[in-house]
Amino acid sequence: MTGLPESAPAANRPAADAALLDVVGLKKYFPIPQGMVFQRTVAHVKAVDDVSFRLSQGETLGLVGESGCGKTTLGRCILQLERPTAGQIRFEGTNLVELNEQELRPLRQKIQVIFQDPYSALNPRQKIGAIIAEPMKVHSIEPDRRRRRERVNELLSRCGLSPEMAQRYPHEMSGGQRQRVGIARALSTQPALLICDEPVSALDVSIQAQIINLLEELRDAFHLTYLFIAHDLSVVRHLCHRVAVMYLGKIVEMATCDTLYEHPEHPYTQALLSAVPVPDPQVEDSRQRVILTGEVPSPLNPPSGCVFHPRCPMAVASCRHEAPALRETAPGHWVACTEV
Amino acid sequence: MAKLLEVQDLRTQFHTPSGTVHAVDGMSYDVEKGETVAIVGESGCGKSVSALSILRLLPVPSGRIVSGAIRFLGQDLLALGNEDMRAVRGRQIAMVFQEPMTSLNPVLTIGLQLTETMVQHLAISRAESAKRAVAYLQMVGIPEPEQRLKQYPHHLSGGMRQRVMIAMALCCEPTLIIADEPTTALDVTIQAQILELMKGLSQRLGVALILITHNLGVVARYADRVNVMYAGKIIEQGKARDVYRHPRHPYTLGLLRSVPRLDQPRRRQLESIPGQPPDLTRLPNGCAFVPRCGFKVERCALEVPDLVHAANGHGSACWEQERLDKPRGTG
Repeated sequence: MTGLPESAPAANRPAADAALLDVVGLKKYFPIPQGMVFQRTVAHVKAVDDVSFRLSQGETLGLVGESGCGKTTLGRCILQLERPTAGQIRFEGTNLVELNEQELRPLRQKIQVIFQDPYSALNPRQKIGAIIAEPMKVHSIEPDRRRRRERVNELLSRCGLSPEMAQRYPHEMSGGQRQRVGIARALSTQPALLICDEPVSALDVSIQAQIINLLEELRDAFHLTYLFIAHDLSVVRHLCHRVAVMYLGKIVEMATCDTLYEHPEHPYTQALLSAVPVPDPQVEDSRQRVILTGEVPSPLNPPSGCVFHPRCPMAVASCRHEAPALRETAPGHWVACTEV
Repeated sequence: MAKLLEVQDLRTQFHTPSGTVHAVDGMSYDVEKGETVAIVGESGCGKSVSALSILRLLPVPSGRIVSGAIRFLGQDLLALGNEDMRAVRGRQIAMVFQEPMTSLNPVLTIGLQLTETMVQHLAISRAESAKRAVAYLQMVGIPEPEQRLKQYPHHLSGGMRQRVMIAMALCCEPTLIIADEPTTALDVTIQAQILELMKGLSQRLGVALILITHNLGVVARYADRVNVMYAGKIIEQGKARDVYRHPRHPYTLGLLRSVPRLDQPRRRQLESIPGQPPDLTRLPNGCAFVPRCGFKVERCALEVPDLVHAANGHGSACWEQERLDKPRGTG
């Protein structure tokens, strides 16, 4: 599945072969140990199970799914905070999986992350200025102290904060402001790829819109590429060019944003979209709802065959023992279901 | 006919070292039998405190209901003694909390926690209450209810625990359930299941529901009427349809415009509400929304607007509400 075609309609994107990130057959299994003295592995949690996708320069790929589907682990693998069990992660042509810590270091500047919870992602004992300057120090980007301070001020104002904020501590700021600090810190190393792990889900509605707009502005200003991990489908639709839907460690559907939201093919995607209520009572009254029964099974003991079959309204007998492969049903539209 | 619940000019304050927090600052609304009323607002706007005030579950001594009346079936709950209040709590008014893990006792079995309220309120035997518990677990869609009674909360998933909470709320056949962000901790598909279940049971059993949430979509799908809160006050109330079609307060309008919607074409940029919610210890003299409002006039910073109702019961606390009715561009 290396040759996933590029299909996002982003105007400012270069040629299709310039994949910034190429993930091939990525697997991350966490061992479950048992025994006090002689520890042995009794099972594996397949957090990410054979995932492949490509991300080109300037593109935003949304990664959606429910909690425990492996979307965060996938992000952590790309950041090399988690070493994958198998597969390749090619960033600008280099396979990150083969590199050791020292070789990885210069590349880490290029891949940064924005975390979900702005309350726990910032060191409470450091001032905002120091928090934003830290990555520049670590990567010796701006060795001169005065220049570094200037750069911090610049980043602060770019992210909608006043330079005086550099003297404050995280607890003096609101959730939205803290998330802006998190974004400023991520930008301090001038990255090419930003992994945004649920960057707005901890924020209030009116603040969410501010942060989404900021992320959009910065993407255009610095030609950033985002892997946008989220569970809120309407936010993902607003921000992303392409979307991949994950369920129990696997991508079940991937398409351009417009295709996925207008013609979802996988029954899970359809149910997810139907579960999101629209803020309009009149629309809601006339809407058809697919309410899934059952819950997400444990990734420790996933169902046989298609992992979605116990909850699937369209399941047939063969789904129980045949795992469907991701196949292209229309140019750029990939679905892992035998019934579509 | 008496309303099921009438809240009149409720004021709840917290005394903290950094000053008095006006968490609920003059709030009035009512709930009719069997209907679903939503209280919507962002974190810190006082929506949860208003619910805890109804059940008189505020943390003492810092939290205090300063004034107002809460009439349940004509009876003022604030005038009741502690013993009488206990007879109402859980029996006539039940509550479902946001985090099912922290609101269930981790060291007691599901069965014990379910039967406890029934033994307390309905004066029935353990055996009888266990039988009922099984029936209620079945009603909320929990498979193998007999086995569940012997299990502990950690054996269950988040969605299942919330179902148990709903069963607990229902088991004494209350006439009102207050659900405080009942699905915020759950995944979208599970959220849909739980809300569908709650709405269905409320209709079938004629139980009224106060749904406290920050999710405008959930309100649109499930609520008959809605109260929008900002900085301790209800700034807009009315039938859900009216409020969503013709918002008459700039805050409601801003909220509705700031969420991306799946049923509309993608917009270039989201309209956000600038600034942040105010500090509830230092409320401004006039309308609390002034610093963030695009419709403000001089009067707004000086005088607090009252909730003014139109003929259809649609109320707004805004001096400039007439101007909001004008045709708009996007939204």
